[in-house]
Amino acid sequence: MSAELALIGPILAAMLAAATPLLFAALGELVVEKSGVLNLGVEGMMLVGAVCGFAVAVQTGSSTLGFVAGAAAGAGMAALFGVLTLLLLANQVATGLALTLFGVGLSALIGQGFVGIPIADVPELYIPGLTDLPVIGKALFGQDALVYLALAAVPAVHWFLYATRKGLILRAVGENHAAAHALGYKVIRIRFLAVLFGGAMSGMAGAFLSLDYTPMWAEGISSGRGWIALALVVFATWKPGRVLLGAWLFGGVTIAQLHVQGLGIDIPSQLLSMLPYLATVVVLVVISRDVARIRLNAPASLGKVFHPDA
Amino acid sequence: MTLLRLEPRGEASRAMVYATPLLAVALTLASGFLLFWAMGFDPVKALHAFFIAPLLSLRGLGELAVKATPLVLCAIGLAIGFRANVWNIGAEGQLTLGAITGGGLALAFYGEGGWWLLPLMIVAGMAGGALWAAIPAFLRVRFNASEILTSLMLNYVALHLLNYLMHGPYRDPDGFAFPESRLFEADAVLPLLVAGTRVHLGSLFALLAVAAGWFLMARTFIGFQIKVIGLTPTAAGYAGFNQKKIIWLTLLLSGALAGLAGLGEVAGPIGQMNPTISPGYGYTAIIVAFLGRLHPVGILLAGFLMALSFIGGEAAQIALGLPKAITGVFQGMLLFFLLATDVLIRYRVRFGAKGIVGRAAA
Repeated sequence: MSAELALIGPILAAMLAAATPLLFAALGELVVEKSGVLNLGVEGMMLVGAVCGFAVAVQTGSSTLGFVAGAAAGAGMAALFGVLTLLLLANQVATGLALTLFGVGLSALIGQGFVGIPIADVPELYIPGLTDLPVIGKALFGQDALVYLALAAVPAVHWFLYATRKGLILRAVGENHAAAHALGYKVIRIRFLAVLFGGAMSGMAGAFLSLDYTPMWAEGISSGRGWIALALVVFATWKPGRVLLGAWLFGGVTIAQLHVQGLGIDIPSQLLSMLPYLATVVVLVVISRDVARIRLNAPASLGKVFHPDA
Repeated sequence: MTLLRLEPRGEASRAMVYATPLLAVALTLASGFLLFWAMGFDPVKALHAFFIAPLLSLRGLGELAVKATPLVLCAIGLAIGFRANVWNIGAEGQLTLGAITGGGLALAFYGEGGWWLLPLMIVAGMAGGALWAAIPAFLRVRFNASEILTSLMLNYVALHLLNYLMHGPYRDPDGFAFPESRLFEADAVLPLLVAGTRVHLGSLFALLAVAAGWFLMARTFIGFQIKVIGLTPTAAGYAGFNQKKIIWLTLLLSGALAGLAGLGEVAGPIGQMNPTISPGYGYTAIIVAFLGRLHPVGILLAGFLMALSFIGGEAAQIALGLPKAITGVFQGMLLFFLLATDVLIRYRVRFGAKGIVGRAAA
């Protein structure tokens, strides 16, 4: 096997891992936006999920409990957002920003005793035969369970949204909340559940970062991934399958940034670190140019306040 | 929702517009009391150290003005944009760029400055911030890309750019590889306004920005257009108001003000370039803008309150060993409570089952 070919496996594996947090967070946000709610607090929910997941895993010694705690913490943050925007009718953009600012502070506060503490790596999957396959074996069949869970979430979310009655109702609420309300659907309850799901997914994304990807706790560990996930939803024009494509693309850019120097190309590392953010801007621009397509796919009630008596 | 109902008011309550920020501050203090208590600190002592002690000395009051300056400068610009539904979240990056361009001049003319250097740095700082804000403006107007996401991404890009400069071109040649620039010379430093404090000329610029922002919004046709576009974009369209022009104007204006804030930091209290120019002024300014009701005078007051949270956080860290991160928690809580209580402006809280449905809110 040639040296170049031997690199494909590890690069593919690293790309899949880098895509996983984006996949979790973006799929969650996609469901939220499909219900007509815009939650800009993904970054904040991710950070709180990351620190709570890490803290619980350190205390209990169980990474599984850590992931559960991360999801619960993300959902808790989302509940705060839900109460403010759905029950108290606060502006969704402003509340989402508040959620991120609050999450940055809260995660640093909770995490201050956990900086620099090592944690046991989450064991990787091993399937005799398949994992031993040359080149792609370790990448495709030797990842952590969470990587597969994120991948499985793509068809699951698609199936829920487009093949179940509940998914149809959720989309109806996102398209026209007044009509859905008139038909007797509980708009606020449905949206609240969607927001909670989005929060749990963001929390998982955070817990994956602190327990598995890095694995450690550092302030601001998500470094903008929550915002990139938001951009991914626009890139995907609210379609789960395209979220996967986008997440791989960004996973690829993240990994490329790490490998460019290894290839002997002399660019300062600080400038390379800009790549994922610049790529996000470029992708947003390319996709947003098509105004008709965005209009066609974006939920019509996205970001609008709903009050049954008004 | 059956026991507690929200009933739309006939018209927005003027009294509540002024009452809810005070209510939000009161609720934040109450939550802070509980938070300190839960963390095992004496809540009265902690709140005193946080919010009262910094106000009791001239030096403390001076620091308050120093910290409020960048917050007010950024928030005035952001608020004008928010009024027009232009969501510039990139003040942090624009501030950083202002420091990079303005501060870069101070380093470029090191040893050969003159009276002209400081005005030039101010212009360069404002231009740098405006240039950084022009990117999301262009992408929004030309390609319809969300300015929320593009301006935010550029915050990270700006931070990495600063980091690169501090490890390369901007680094002090005699600084033993430390990522800090030379100390600015006297020609490149903003003059102090009050002896015995660090209050500098930038604070005067912030006051000017408050006055100019008020004049723009309350007394000019542009300000009127901004407000109409924000409230009813369709009506603005019928009236023939140029939405694209307003997007450009509000973004360039807030970028220039944020750039001025960044230049004010490096040419003021910091006096050199380093990788940590701002403890998140650009983000906190979002809270300042909302807390000030998007009104310049309100922003001035809110700027002082948020500045107090920064200083109080540092003071409490020194006096009681409280973690510094608590500042961010307080700031986030304050914005939450404000957004939550704002419901009272347009709705009445009613107890009991549903009665007669109120008139639709305006």
